Amino acid sequence: MSSRENILGRIREALQVKAPQPHLQAPLTPTNHPPQGKEWLPDGGESLTESLAILEGQLAKLKTVLVRVPNETLAVEAVKLLSQEKGWKQVAYQGHPLVTPIAQSLACQTWQADADFNKQKLEQCDVSLTSCETIVAQLGSILVSSQTSGGRALSVLPPAHVVIARTSQVVPDLADAIGQIKERYGQKLPSMLSFITGPSRTGDIERILVLGAHGPKELFLVLIDG
Amino acid sequence: MSDPKAIFLKDASVSTADGDQRAFIRKALGGYYVNRDLQKARFRSWEKARDAASMAKWSAVNDLGNQLEKFVGNFEKNGGVVHWAQDAAEAREIILKIAADAKAKAIIKSKCMTSEEIHLNDALAKAGYGVVESDLGEFIQQLRGEAPYHFVFPCMHVKREAISELFTKHLGTAPTNSPEELTMIARRHLRQLYVDADIGISGANFLVAETGQISITENEGNARLTTALPKIHIALAGIEKVVKNLDDLAILLPMLATAGAGQPMTCYNTLYSGPRQKGECDGPEQFHLVLLDNGRTRLLADPEQRDALHCIRCGACLNVCPIFKNIGGLAYGTTYQGPIGSVITPHLRGLKQWNHLSGASSLCGACTDACPVRIDLHHHLLHNRRNAVKTNPTLFDRVFHFGFNFVIQRPKLFAFGGKVFRTTLPLLKKLPLPYLSAWLKTRDLPTPPSQSFRAQWKDQNHE
Ligand code: SF4
Repeated sequence: MSSRENILGRIREALQVKAPQPHLQAPLTPTNHPPQGKEWLPDGGESLTESLAILEGQLAKLKTVLVRVPNETLAVEAVKLLSQEKGWKQVAYQGHPLVTPIAQSLACQTWQADADFNKQKLEQCDVSLTSCETIVAQLGSILVSSQTSGGRALSVLPPAHVVIARTSQVVPDLADAIGQIKERYGQKLPSMLSFITGPSRTGDIERILVLGAHGPKELFLVLIDG
Repeated sequence: MSDPKAIFLKDASVSTADGDQRAFIRKALGGYYVNRDLQKARFRSWEKARDAASMAKWSAVNDLGNQLEKFVGNFEKNGGVVHWAQDAAEAREIILKIAADAKAKAIIKSKCMTSEEIHLNDALAKAGYGVVESDLGEFIQQLRGEAPYHFVFPCMHVKREAISELFTKHLGTAPTNSPEELTMIARRHLRQLYVDADIGISGANFLVAETGQISITENEGNARLTTALPKIHIALAGIEKVVKNLDDLAILLPMLATAGAGQPMTCYNTLYSGPRQKGECDGPEQFHLVLLDNGRTRLLADPEQRDALHCIRCGACLNVCPIFKNIGGLAYGTTYQGPIGSVITPHLRGLKQWNHLSGASSLCGACTDACPVRIDLHHHLLHNRRNAVKTNPTLFDRVFHFGFNFVIQRPKLFAFGGKVFRTTLPLLKKLPLPYLSAWLKTRDLPTPPSQSFRAQWKDQNHE
């Protein structure tokens, strides 16, 4: 018998005796919107305005820098200013209608990483510019994917990451973000989906918070109205 | 000395006597309590969210066979390869074979407690591979040649001066006392290793049956890099990590972060389904998953304690445990420390040898209160004690239980015994008795009352 059959056999045998249900405070009420119990999680807001307010608070606490701009022209200006202030020289970006025009207007060396990917070259870059799938107000998380954010490494290897998105991409909570993913991709999921919640961090040395453990030290979200 | 109990007693008494170290651990956890409470307060109901989280895990674990098969079917559909391992040796063999087939040289690892459980690093190093842990805490522990102290905070017991010395010795860097600079030293050292590695090995926090994805939770970004840059990704996970639906993660991910580290959400929560897909610019060419039993089905077969398999390894029960805070993580001598480790280790590695851990508890219940998936931890420690006495009573257990049974059923004898005890108690202090003398070394014996409780009760209330 194979190990698979052995293990599955042992599982079926073990489960012949039922285990009692956990002691719940109150029975869970079945909901139309899965998952059960999502209403007990932190609030994500009822309207876009509410959600944006919650998002702003969350991002600030997580040390994600939020830059809100009314339109794309000003988004270009905002990223230009950022890049001057930070002294970025090598910029890796994802080819995307929201991102490409911004990257190409920068007075730096720019490189479309997802067009001819090269990990050595990416390692040398100062910053990456990508789009994202969704932004979760409840938690301040930004969802990137291998299909729509320039692959797996672009959003995590360079020491700084700038995400360009629209306010219409903001959803109240994690359950909404997951629902959207299922709807958008069905069975054909991107090979990687990552909820990014703040810049990379560690507390491994004496539980003292340090940003930029292995991923980006700095995370910027440029949010365009509309 | 290879008896786990003897080692435990010795190590625990050494670490407990180290007042400095205990104060250091308490201080390190101080920030955690504050942040955890802040985040819990954001929940509209933490208690009801715990209900939902425990039901999500309960329903998956109690349908484990079907859910695993569903998961594996979907995982394979996405282009991944699944390997089943009944025990640690088989899991090591599988991974060594993948590495040999790929003619790999360098391996980078992100945090994976399951790999500690199967002693993977030793096996890989013996076979000649260069293996580097990339999680900062694990990296430090690897350089120290020491097992993790805490399965979420692996090097929380190490002071920054010691880390600086360690880096100077192994990496040749200048001494520094700044946690920030120390972190940057590790960052710089590891970067090229990610790029050069042939294989990345990771763990998995959840296996999603509905979609065939694995979910990895981390703060540093090292798992993201480990699974993005090398040509081969191998994930190693216990079979109990399955959840039914992707929606379940909407509850479990925030709860894991809040209970485990006082965060709203851990920095990176990443879902992987398969190797690099058509149209994606990077990612591994092969994606392997090793599913490990290693005693888990034994725990599954015990319906009373089956819920210990619901554990999402958040570490909350360790952070609140008075025993953990006093004896420290290393004294346990187990892969999984603290209350959950004390509950599951006797199942995974043998009740006879590891039952002493069931006694490593004050039964205060702080662990049970802290657990986001409502595992009845402190009762399970009691259950393990009971099971050990049932299956393997020591001579003391037998004599004591026989004597207790005998006396408690004879009220006159009981009263007489009490009287003898009350009068001789002060003398006991002076005699060199096993157990009692050790107990009394640091404690005062109260003066016994002159009358028994029953006599007092009669006097005061009923006559
Ligand atoms: S037993 Fe509960 S509290 Fe302890 S690590 Fe597991 S999930 Fe967390």
